[in-house]
Amino acid sequence: MISTAIRHLHLLLLINLMTSISAVASDYRKAITDPGDSITFISPFYEDNERCFSCHGQKTYEYMNENLELKVKALMFSERVIDRNKFYQSNHKSFSCTDCHSADYVKFPHPGELRMEGMYNCIDCHGGDEKFARFNFEEIESEYKKSTHFQLEKEGFSCWKCHGPHDYKLNIRNSTDIKEAIIYDNNICLKCHSNFDQFQLLSDRDEINILQKHDWLPNQESHFKSVRCIECHSEINDTILVSHLIEPVEKAVRRCNECHSQNSILMSTLYKFQSREQRKDGFLNGIILNQSYVIGANRNEYLNIISLLIFGVVVVIIGIHVYFRLTRK
Amino acid sequence: MQYTDKQDAVLMIGFARAVKWHNIAAVLLTINYIFFVTGNLFTDNGRFYKIRKENFISDLWKQMKYYSVGMFKGEKHPFPVTPDRKFNPLQKLTYVLAMYVSFPLLIISGLGLLFPETVISRFLGISGMILTDILHITMGFFLSVFMIIHIYTCTLGARPTSLFKSMLSGYHVSEDH
Repeated sequence: MISTAIRHLHLLLLINLMTSISAVASDYRKAITDPGDSITFISPFYEDNERCFSCHGQKTYEYMNENLELKVKALMFSERVIDRNKFYQSNHKSFSCTDCHSADYVKFPHPGELRMEGMYNCIDCHGGDEKFARFNFEEIESEYKKSTHFQLEKEGFSCWKCHGPHDYKLNIRNSTDIKEAIIYDNNICLKCHSNFDQFQLLSDRDEINILQKHDWLPNQESHFKSVRCIECHSEINDTILVSHLIEPVEKAVRRCNECHSQNSILMSTLYKFQSREQRKDGFLNGIILNQSYVIGANRNEYLNIISLLIFGVVVVIIGIHVYFRLTRK
Repeated sequence: MQYTDKQDAVLMIGFARAVKWHNIAAVLLTINYIFFVTGNLFTDNGRFYKIRKENFISDLWKQMKYYSVGMFKGEKHPFPVTPDRKFNPLQKLTYVLAMYVSFPLLIISGLGLLFPETVISRFLGISGMILTDILHITMGFFLSVFMIIHIYTCTLGARPTSLFKSMLSGYHVSEDH
């Protein structure tokens, strides 16, 4: 009796296990065919890439010193550490490391001349490609060339200074939470502008204190949480989603009413791709209300009309009263 | 601020200047309000703002009838000003609503907008800033309407200017004189 029960239990466990394996296999196939989903995505180059990540995926690495016949554990240079999780969530998650880097890197120790290998820029892969036409990379490249970043440091600056090739992911275009998108985007700027070690790689200027520089800005903390740096520090371009023409500081937006008004520039920048919905329950620039509230930009038209009507009625009643006072004395 | 845009327009200053003047006026108004409340707390003047339940509605009605019909027929003022009665029932009610309800709400919501980090981010699923701003502009609007009517009713004394003179001199000119 007991043995029959155990057999039934085994059978149930077996069925359960097979169902689980089948589900995992199905998820795996789905993941492979769905590179848009970062959570379930499994790279077809996962094994190949592990040859690199086994050393570059963490802060320490180990190798066999054949001459000394000694196993050596060493610290990986922090600039050469690539976060696996960030890479497999990034735009380039479906790439093999050797798509961009020389295949000779599989040799260890890496040949010294590889350090001098050229690096691709965005336009090298994305330029002139119909698949990426909606991003308008050509215009982005042209804007970037006019930006103060490129103008001040033509040799040191490149796309990768802001868009890390191993971790960059499309942000504002896919964002459902604009506050998170703002933090992500602002961190790109702060990577250099709040870290003097990074900053001095590209500039000979003294350290800039971002908070002091923005002392004039009322409610500084709210602004930093609610808008991206580029809202004020770049020139609006209608043909691309995110402006890449970073302006010199003298040209930065400083007038409050550029944003806090009916024709708020936020509708052409932060809320550009959502701005089709111009009105929401009478609120001007109503789309902003889904995520935030901007005094001056989100005035309510209905309240305006109602208030003007009431003001008008009051004036008319006073006029009638004056008339009777003058005629019925 | 509610009706302006980026640039100055006909009879309308631009948003930036509107904000500047609004903020200056707001600070002056708040200081004045503190004087008003302090004055009413520590002097006899506060007693004029106490509303009594007896004949509350009927007295209001009497006063409204006087303003809308009686005064044109030459009727006597139903609640003439005396040393013990500074305000008529309608004045008293509107002043209490304006000074002890609308003004505190206007000032508190205004401070919230001036220091947005103090405003709760969401209330019942709605942005706290929207609610604070709507409360602020609604109170501001009611007080603006109140101000227009108040200034007009100030012309309803013995002569159109006599009530204004009373405000400066402290002496009331009765209609009988």
